[in-house]
Amino acid sequence: MTTILDPTDEREPVARQLSPRTGTIAGTVAFLDISKPRGNVLLDRLEEQFKQRVPGIDVVRYSKPTFTKPAPEALRQEIRSKSDFVVEALAD
Amino acid sequence: MKPLLPAFSLRDTAAADRSFPSAAARPALIAFVKEDCPTCGIVLPLLDAFALTYGGGIDVFLIGQTQEGNARLMQRHRLASPLLDDSRLKVSFAYDIDMVPAVFVADRDGREIERRMGFDRGEWQTVDASLALLAGRARAPIDWNALPEWRPGCGSLSVDPRYADRLRAEAENSPLRARKIEIAPDDDEVEFMFDQGFTDGLPVVPPTPERVIRMLAGTRRDPQSLVAVVPPNMGEATVEKVAINAVMAGCKPEYLPVVIAALEAVCTDAFNVHGVMATTMGASPVVVVNGPIRHRIGMNMKIGALGQGTRANASIGRALRLAIRNIGGARPGGTERSTLGNPMKFTMCFAEWEERSHWPPLHVERGFAPSDSVVTIYGMTGGPSLIVDQTSRTAGQLAGSIAQCMESIHHPKAHMMSDALLVVCPEHVDTLATEGYTKADLRRRIQDVTSRPLRELVSDERSGVGMSAEKAKTLSAEALDRRMPKFSSDDMIHIVVAGSDAGKFSGLFHGWVGGEIGSQPVSRLIDPT
Repeated sequence: MTTILDPTDEREPVARQLSPRTGTIAGTVAFLDISKPRGNVLLDRLEEQFKQRVPGIDVVRYSKPTFTKPAPEALRQEIRSKSDFVVEALAD
Repeated sequence: MKPLLPAFSLRDTAAADRSFPSAAARPALIAFVKEDCPTCGIVLPLLDAFALTYGGGIDVFLIGQTQEGNARLMQRHRLASPLLDDSRLKVSFAYDIDMVPAVFVADRDGREIERRMGFDRGEWQTVDASLALLAGRARAPIDWNALPEWRPGCGSLSVDPRYADRLRAEAENSPLRARKIEIAPDDDEVEFMFDQGFTDGLPVVPPTPERVIRMLAGTRRDPQSLVAVVPPNMGEATVEKVAINAVMAGCKPEYLPVVIAALEAVCTDAFNVHGVMATTMGASPVVVVNGPIRHRIGMNMKIGALGQGTRANASIGRALRLAIRNIGGARPGGTERSTLGNPMKFTMCFAEWEERSHWPPLHVERGFAPSDSVVTIYGMTGGPSLIVDQTSRTAGQLAGSIAQCMESIHHPKAHMMSDALLVVCPEHVDTLATEGYTKADLRRRIQDVTSRPLRELVSDERSGVGMSAEKAKTLSAEALDRRMPKFSSDDMIHIVVAGSDAGKFSGLFHGWVGGEIGSQPVSRLIDPT
């Protein structure tokens, strides 16, 4: 029998749980622009649609400093603490 | 106080299991022999006599290092005392003997009183006296004058290179901590590695504990010390984990310090390996090595330096990629999202031919001493693409050609977007040297020749790339006449020298998103182990 050593970080991937789906949208919705070209255009249209269809919600816009890197921890925390929902515009 | 001798349990030639220390808590004689050692042949009758004479008062353990050898020794010397089987060599290793015969005398607590290696008649008579005292018996009937005064011992099998690495790997104080994975006897090791997703699509060398131990000899660093935290999974890369991936890639131990420095470099915020791996543009690290280590480990910087055929170049670059894949978890289709991918994602590593140019080498330009060995990493999306110019005879002409080719990076109209790594071949170096062109001169020329009025970089019917027509309409004629160079600053043009003496063909690596918002080159000193 041959023995080899594990070349990985030995961490089983954690199965991430989805947040509960309530069926309604209320409160504050964060719109996160990852700073790819035209992400803002997509979010502008979505914001119009949200305000039309779900009156009463607050929309707060955020953006990442650069699309090439993960969002800074401070930004993630701010969004987490101040928002009930997040819409993220991913790409071009 | 002397330390306790290692405990053990071994089976003897009469199929009985015997343990040290024994339940009787008696003093003990522990002796190691091997069959093909002539000196062991001399001492075995002595050891047998010790066992017969003193066996009532002390425990005697006669240990042989091979099973078949033990059987032959029993027959050849007509031994009354059975030999214990240490063919796994674990006890020999634990006693840290480098030669046989080796004898240890222990007191009733199992502490070492005496140890002797080889055969010295005077020393063995001392051992005999000690044993008689400990056992409370008269001296054994031995004709000492018939024995030679001195004979050297032979090497213990536990230090034989064939077994020593396995023994170190299996020992209780082994430096290895990684999870061990057993591959069933019927399974093909290489196929198993593919099935586990450990490879880049090519076969890898199975990282057995012996191989990893040998790889770790390439560095003085503690195997459990942390090299880097590797995105995207933020996996902890210890020296041991890097060594495992280096084995898989086909590295020699002397390459390991380069792989370690390279991994440190890519796992920095400046290099941003998370983005480099994740981008749909398909970037990958390009590794450039400078300094004396290039020669010491046989790196190629000359003919075909950027291609295959040199183990150091190929396996160092591959080890870095395997470490990012296996420790960091960046895998195609997972967080690695490259639209097309590129062959640099297997490996891309070469050395600069520092001696072949009139320029300061890359690492000196980046602030290191010429005598330092340094690795520098670039995040590049493509290359090397060829810059073919066989006819320019002046430095200005050649630098202009290089500039024109460089304008094609990403798209001719894409200015101020990226950086580039230019690999100037020796014949081109010579042409540039005739007019004493410095690297700064070359960079200036590239920026000058690639500068275009902004109005030529506006999206139009031929190509939608560039500034939007709407935006351009808002600008003044003066603003549209402003010339924009290809690169946002001269230091986005990285220059090294490599390649064979024949051929007027330089190479160009195309960057990704350059500067702080994307990936910046990072250099690391290679630990001069």
